[in-house]
Amino acid sequence: MCGIAGLFLKDKSLEPQLGALLATMLSPLSDRGPDSAGFAVYGADMPGAVKLTLRLPAGSDSGALLARLEKAGATPLKHAIHDTHVVVTLAAGDEKAARAEIAKDQNVSLVGAGRRMELYKEVGRPDSVAQRFGLAQMAGTHAIGHTRMATESAVTTNGAHPFTTGPDQCLVHNGSLSNHNAVRRELIREGLTFATENDSEVAAGYMTWKLRQGASLAEAMESALDALDGFYTFVIGTESGFGVLRDPIACKPAVMAETDRFVAFGTEFRALVDLPGIDGAKVWEPEPARVYFWERA
Amino acid sequence: MPEVDLAVTPLRELNAALHKLKPDTNETSWRVLNPRGQHAIAAGLDAPILVTVEGHAGYYCAGMNKQATVVINGNAGQGVAENMMSGQVHVKGDASQAAGATGCGGLLVIDGNASARCGISMKGIDIVVKGSVGHLSAFMAQAGNLVVLGDAGEALGDSIYEARLYVRGSVKSLGADCIEKEMRDEHKAELRRLLDAAGVDGAADVSEFRRYGSARKLYHFHIDNAGSY
Repeated sequence: MCGIAGLFLKDKSLEPQLGALLATMLSPLSDRGPDSAGFAVYGADMPGAVKLTLRLPAGSDSGALLARLEKAGATPLKHAIHDTHVVVTLAAGDEKAARAEIAKDQNVSLVGAGRRMELYKEVGRPDSVAQRFGLAQMAGTHAIGHTRMATESAVTTNGAHPFTTGPDQCLVHNGSLSNHNAVRRELIREGLTFATENDSEVAAGYMTWKLRQGASLAEAMESALDALDGFYTFVIGTESGFGVLRDPIACKPAVMAETDRFVAFGTEFRALVDLPGIDGAKVWEPEPARVYFWERA
Repeated sequence: MPEVDLAVTPLRELNAALHKLKPDTNETSWRVLNPRGQHAIAAGLDAPILVTVEGHAGYYCAGMNKQATVVINGNAGQGVAENMMSGQVHVKGDASQAAGATGCGGLLVIDGNASARCGISMKGIDIVVKGSVGHLSAFMAQAGNLVVLGDAGEALGDSIYEARLYVRGSVKSLGADCIEKEMRDEHKAELRRLLDAAGVDGAADVSEFRRYGSARKLYHFHIDNAGSY
């Protein structure tokens, strides 16, 4: 099962509602993925700065972490607390020092990084996860979300989607990969590290590896068609938009909708019914083994 | 004419009301508003009624249909009219995967495209798709007719038994044991009947279609293949 929602806004006037709209998309997908949820929101950037999304153990004090970062020479320019996650904005030049400091503390996880991407995920019913993080109040240009029903690995926060694939990039997956152990071993030999036994993390790792070798995102997605075996619909978020790829057999459902104001992806049409003007939208099923991409000009 | 708004009425209530109808009911025309992609709308009907769904339906709409006519003024999700026994289902938009799967009878008409596995394991249903069908359509199709006015995707009719496939456009590839066959007069007459029933009228000429069916080499045991088992 699992459910995916993706929303790319064309109409700037909808940007303040991005999170609220994504929340209406995730809620009906709870039936497909009740055990955990996550989402990446592409919000405002700050020139010359980078955003790190960090996860702390529930109830711990983010103030101490912020103080340690400052002491390490990575002074947070601003920060925002969302339940167990804190988004820290730093001068881009301080990112390396911040990452080194974060790596020292095994209780703190770096969930995602980028100029615009903020990434949140937790175990729990999707509605309650969205509420805890305050999704409905978030603004931005585009967002992708996921509701998980675990099949290949344990129900843990690290096993929840999205998985980050690089700065401002993340991947969500509906399906199950059958060759993930073999691909993981190959990627480990190539120097990648993995936090879980999860199959989708391998797909994210594969994309990271291809991009690192200089492939464009479209090329990386094309080559995933050959490298990854199993069932999948991937939605991949980037700084400027999102991409969609279904496996050639296309067992996993997918539907898209487009109007003058937005492009939306949903595992089921039920995820799209509360979007503004959906009744007049062009609604279609993306073709198998074809890379789709929507980007801001 | 009963009108049921699924934004207000729970879907189970609608389906229960439809299931309760007697064969001689006077409530023969129903309108369903705000389907909002819900699953199994108007599934399991067994009365000569008309149900019109005003919008996009979710999975298994009009599944297991007997006698009824179900019209969907929108797209249909996976498995529309799956296992239909009789009656008619008309999708005015596109249909998702496995449209008409395992259907035993009746007529399924899709005005738009149908995606993968249209008519998978069909057992006597007639399906007319005015657009194109996706890969593995009519997989293991046993009986009935699949008519496609557009194109067919990869592996059409893979492991087909005795269903008949008529395609006007291109076929990306034929599946195992599926071959092109001669269009004899009986096939042209059958195809004309199906096109008329689907309301295609004169817009399509039967001579534009090609017929595909089983080479009958796969489903009979053949001693030369003993090593494959």
